[in-house]
Amino acid sequence: MAYPILEIVGLQKRYGDNTILKGVDLSVMSGELVCIIGPSGSGKSSLLRCCNRLESVQGGQILLDGEEVTRFDIDLNKLRQKIGMVFQSFNLYPHLRVLENVTLALRHVKKLSRKDANAKAVDALTKVGLADKLAARPGELSGGQQQRVGIARAIALDPKVLLLDEPTSALDPELVGSVLSVMKSLKGFGITMLVVTHEMGFAHEAADRVVFMDGGVVVEEGPPQQIFNAPQQARTREFVGRYTKGH
Amino acid sequence: MEGLQMFFNLEIFRQVFPLMLQGLLTTLKLSAFTIALGLLCGLFIALGVSQRRLRWLRVGLIVYIDLFRALPPLVLLIFISFLINFWGLRWNVWGIIALSFTLSTACYYGEILRAGIEAVPGGQVEAARSTGMSAVQTMLYVVLPQAFRSTNPELCSNSLLVIKMTAIAGVVGMQDMLGIARNAQSLLYSPAPLILCALIYMVLLWPAVRWVSNMSERQTR
Amino acid sequence: MSASIVDVFLNWEVISRYLPDILGSLVYTIGLAVLIVAGGLALGTVLAVARSAGSRPLAALIVVYVDVMRTVPPMVYLIIVFFCAPYLGLTLSPFESTWLTLTLILAAFIEECVWVGIRTLPAGQVEAARSTGLSWLRTMRHVVLPQAIRMMLGPITGKIAAITKETALGSVIGLTEILGTAESASSNSGNPSTLTVAVVLYLMIFVPVVVGSRYLEKNWNWKT
Repeated sequence: MAYPILEIVGLQKRYGDNTILKGVDLSVMSGELVCIIGPSGSGKSSLLRCCNRLESVQGGQILLDGEEVTRFDIDLNKLRQKIGMVFQSFNLYPHLRVLENVTLALRHVKKLSRKDANAKAVDALTKVGLADKLAARPGELSGGQQQRVGIARAIALDPKVLLLDEPTSALDPELVGSVLSVMKSLKGFGITMLVVTHEMGFAHEAADRVVFMDGGVVVEEGPPQQIFNAPQQARTREFVGRYTKGH
Repeated sequence: MEGLQMFFNLEIFRQVFPLMLQGLLTTLKLSAFTIALGLLCGLFIALGVSQRRLRWLRVGLIVYIDLFRALPPLVLLIFISFLINFWGLRWNVWGIIALSFTLSTACYYGEILRAGIEAVPGGQVEAARSTGMSAVQTMLYVVLPQAFRSTNPELCSNSLLVIKMTAIAGVVGMQDMLGIARNAQSLLYSPAPLILCALIYMVLLWPAVRWVSNMSERQTR
Repeated sequence: MSASIVDVFLNWEVISRYLPDILGSLVYTIGLAVLIVAGGLALGTVLAVARSAGSRPLAALIVVYVDVMRTVPPMVYLIIVFFCAPYLGLTLSPFESTWLTLTLILAAFIEECVWVGIRTLPAGQVEAARSTGLSWLRTMRHVVLPQAIRMMLGPITGKIAAITKETALGSVIGLTEILGTAESASSNSGNPSTLTVAVVLYLMIFVPVVVGSRYLEKNWNWKT
């Protein structure tokens, strides 16, 4: 039975005089893959970063599995065990090996023993296809491989929802495919994902729902067929048109 | 608080201040002296190290630089004062200090200037020489100005260290600010002169220390 | 002067008489240096971490401390610590005074180095670590500090080289380290050969340190 794992209600965010999010409503059901698309400056990344409180919120609510994330007195570290984040610039720890990158939080946040942490990490790294790179250092890996380690690091904590902030934007085109196929396979494992992306093909093909944002609000959302083939809003049409023209 | 009164005794500050100013003058003279000589010798060292023709000179100077960077200035000062006395040379204490301090600091200035000289793009030298300028003229008008300009922050930072180093001069009898403060402390049975000495150093040097800090912060941004 | 320079400055008879004492003082110089490095590194790192914790007043206080320690000559501080301690009801031995003074000074220099390292680290590292639920302190310990210190290893060893050399200042307040012992030996024997030994010993200890730190500053690629 699908239920909303992540609910965003009337979210507002200001940065100085600049209002970045002007009341955003969005729900993500368990097991769903939701893609957020939109022009730069539409607030997509900020929305994601508000969910795990990397950014502050000025109005509205975010609920994770019914629990209010936007409460000021929440235990942030506990919260972040339940929300995973994958970054555009990977942010792997260069001074640690791949396995250690994944086990760091498992050992010190989840307090697992070395044996249990390693086992979980190997499991996560296998899911992203990097079980043979446990002893490598981030610097020795390609961009796509590094991002997959970033994904493993996030899913190893068994988060309720995985946030991906333009996961392939910093990759060379040939490497993008490997990361996207990992993301598709994660769906098979039942992992709920909210992805900000410019990869329209991926959104069209793999997403359960696509959300189009512009100017700090959700303009339209719906299944990919609707957004890409039969957009109902003019702005959506204009944005999507630029991409589907090439196909 | 009673302790504060003892250390920051304004009466004693007032009493001792004129003498401290004399000491300050000595300290400033020592510093200016050392910086000037150190820079000059450092320049020659830098020139000697960055030239390619006389390998023995290059190697010899590199060894010299490392030796004198490793030797604590106080040790060198004591050693040289014994050396001079042994040779029966009736040198003024200023001469001993000048020799010792210059030996200690020239190598640091030399390192800095060497890096500055070698950082000037070779193309500049080629350009100057192909307009007929001699090697000396090229060095004087093209290379050195740029070397000094680019290493200016480091030269200032090093000069700051030199000023702080001169505080050891009291060991050979020089009446610098610390020397006078120590005398006052034992005569008046009060630690206040020492504190005043530190305060004067702070007023004197703190702006420069802050400036150097901000400079290096900016570089790493 | 009929005595040759060798007789005066390399007088083996005098040297061999006092060598045991001087070698004994080696322990003081080296031991003191090690303790200063330990104390300075520990305190400097703690201060750098505290400075990045986010409290403005605390950060300002730390900046004041660091500036004050780096502005006044070590010699002045040493005299102050040694001669003012009795007024506070403490008696600090020359060893303790020298250790305390130089540790506080080294900590200030190291704080600056480590803090620059912490600041230069890409923000993404902290974001990634925090978003896996790591607390601020653990993020510092496992992600930020290992990288920051590794990054600044060159400057840090440079400062260590510079400050530990100043243990010689202890001789001025009577510490029986190398210079102090050599000086009293030479006045007892009327011959400065022990000073020559002192110079040689200092070079043997500190040339490797200086050369090593210079090599690190030039060639350290901290990402490997």
